[in-house]
Amino acid sequence: MKWELGKIWIKELQFGPDSKLDKDGTVTLDKAALIEKLMEDRRIAAVGLEIAKPGERTRIIPVKDVIEPRVKVKGEGGGFPGVTHKIAKAGSGRTHALSGMAVVTIGDIVGIQEGIIDMWGEGARYTPFSRTLNLVVDIKPVQGLTPHEHEEVVRLAGLKASAWVGALAKDCEPDELEVFEWGSIAECVRKYPELPKVVYIEMLISQGLLHDTYVYGIDAKQMLPTLFHPNEILDGAVVSGNCVAACDKITTYQHLNNSVIRELYNKHGKELNFLGVILTPELVTLEGKIRSANHAVNLALLIGAEGAIVTEEGYGNTDTDLLMICRKLEEQGIKAVLITDECAGRDGSSQPLADTTPEAKAVVSTGNVSHLISLEPADRVLGNDKAIANLSGGYDESLLADGTIRCELNAIIGSTSEIGYFNVTTKLY
Amino acid sequence: MDTPVRIIYYLNQFFGQAGGEDKAGMEPILREEAVGPAAVFDGMARDWGSVVGTVVCGDNYFNENKPEALKRILEMLKQTGAELLVAGPAFNAGRYGMACAELCREAAALLGIPAVTGMYRENPGVDACKKDIYIIETGDSAAGMKSVLSKMAGFAPKLLRQLPIGTPEEEGYIPKGIRKTVFSEKNGSARAVEMLLARLRGEAFETEMPMADFDRVDPAPPVQNLASATIALVSSGGIVPKGNPDRIESASATKFGRYSLAGLDTLDASSYETIHGGYDPVYANLDPNRVVPLDVLREMERSGRIGKVHEYYYATTGTGTSVANAVQFGKEIGAMLQQEKVDAVLLVST
Repeated sequence: MKWELGKIWIKELQFGPDSKLDKDGTVTLDKAALIEKLMEDRRIAAVGLEIAKPGERTRIIPVKDVIEPRVKVKGEGGGFPGVTHKIAKAGSGRTHALSGMAVVTIGDIVGIQEGIIDMWGEGARYTPFSRTLNLVVDIKPVQGLTPHEHEEVVRLAGLKASAWVGALAKDCEPDELEVFEWGSIAECVRKYPELPKVVYIEMLISQGLLHDTYVYGIDAKQMLPTLFHPNEILDGAVVSGNCVAACDKITTYQHLNNSVIRELYNKHGKELNFLGVILTPELVTLEGKIRSANHAVNLALLIGAEGAIVTEEGYGNTDTDLLMICRKLEEQGIKAVLITDECAGRDGSSQPLADTTPEAKAVVSTGNVSHLISLEPADRVLGNDKAIANLSGGYDESLLADGTIRCELNAIIGSTSEIGYFNVTTKLY
Repeated sequence: MDTPVRIIYYLNQFFGQAGGEDKAGMEPILREEAVGPAAVFDGMARDWGSVVGTVVCGDNYFNENKPEALKRILEMLKQTGAELLVAGPAFNAGRYGMACAELCREAAALLGIPAVTGMYRENPGVDACKKDIYIIETGDSAAGMKSVLSKMAGFAPKLLRQLPIGTPEEEGYIPKGIRKTVFSEKNGSARAVEMLLARLRGEAFETEMPMADFDRVDPAPPVQNLASATIALVSSGGIVPKGNPDRIESASATKFGRYSLAGLDTLDASSYETIHGGYDPVYANLDPNRVVPLDVLREMERSGRIGKVHEYYYATTGTGTSVANAVQFGKEIGAMLQQEKVDAVLLVST
């Protein structure tokens, strides 16, 4: 299967009378037209649109999801198949991306899993989304929606907005073209018989409101671990349900740009033989955890994996899923490297995970979620900074009178990404 | 530093040249000179400090009369106007290590005097005090005395001037067990793939997170007679009175709450809610008894299956809460329940 990702480097983002993408990388958006499009969903009472640029003293809170605007220009399907567009197989043909830009959804708090993006200063250092030109979509739902409906409304509005903006890139010549070509496991093994065979096991939070993930539109709670072609995930098969704490939720943007898949692709055929991706749901019951772990490991075994990268989403009970998968892999002789963040307490002196197993001998840490940071007052707040009191990582005294926020990394979107998307770790002192 | 820093040096009877095991019972004495290792250290610190006195104390005396020994030595530090305490190195000598560790810790905590010592990793003094003080790592025998003293002399000025302290590898101290969040050059994905390739090639690799040894708690024996037992409800599911009066965090809790159940038959959705950020809250908010099952326990109380429901329930948030905080909550809640004469606990997680 061959898929091309054409990247158009976006240099400027502005509102104007007509929506267009100029050759110099300037995106102009017709505000009214996009609002009208999103208001087609009758569950939305009002939409606000704002732009936030790197370096501005702008704070975005509470952030639900981040999405890269894209459009399918060749081949089957489009958008997020099974969610925003009709069902199709993702991962072949060509997709164009507005690289360097992101759609960020905010709005009344749904749960306690939303987060912060600061576009400047200390906060900006801790999130990759301070470096993108952000179209901030503020969704106010009609009254009387249940929390589950509210979450769905916001999720779909973000995906729709990104598809709407992405469509501007339909006829553009990309600045950069990446090719992702990968046939079958049998072919790879024949081609590179001497290279070690590696599978990626990506764990997806699947635990109810704001803890869900959608795979081709299916709620991941309802699926058994399944083997995927890596291209499918890079091309929109997986959508975030705005899940878990902001620091380690896998935003839709990060699914589309999954850094483990990219890293394995880079080394495929040179240093390793990439066998594909197993998506496995993290369930709430012990029975569910055992079933997922058994099945994920069984798939790895069936395809002949010798090594596995396993990434977690969330923390706490899902540490058990991570370590259970690790133990079962190692018992089968498959060498595992885990990526996880840690809950070492505000002073960093606590043991990092909620579970333990001696088989977890190779672990990458993406930082302590309770690491405290101080965010200086913003000139402009998009959303509502009072939300910090209820966010994971915030506390009652988080917001000071002058607008300073003191909080844990927990509240910063993407800071401790457990797919290893970002450059944070811990060191033992 | 213009005027030389006043250094007081601590040694046991052996290194303090008072004698061997026969002198292990000697009480602390202050010699107004640099003795043995203290003299070597004095030479190394020439540019910034001077050893103005050496305290020598027997290992047995210190360990068998800790409060008295500490009191007397701290008094000596005060009298001499000590600005820095250097102790040992104790290598793998257990009693000596304990003395160095505890003296350094107390001097720093009670008198605010920066203190540094040196020990072998397995010296019992390490576990006793590594969290509180800097211990320069040594081998297990005194053979490396000079190089350890040189490391200690290089490190001490950083403590004195409150300069940033580097990693254990850079500075040579035994890790204090603090996990600091830092930026990395490569992202996590790249580090993970490199680590896996190293494993697959049989090359050396270093985990970024050594697994903890968990203590396993044996389940308590079954309650002999439920009909006369007082049962308490404790939950990490975040059910609190509406408005969250104790402002318990929705993740990474730093506290727990204790709430009265007097006169209540059920936890009504109009008065109780969950503030837990780790699960779908909708169903717990519809009926908080799903997490703190007061309704069912009251029925059992009325029918006589249990003696009575304890007057208070305890609640915190489990998600993202560090194990250290959880252990602390457990100890405090356990002590209160014991005091309140509770026989058994229904511990509800989510």
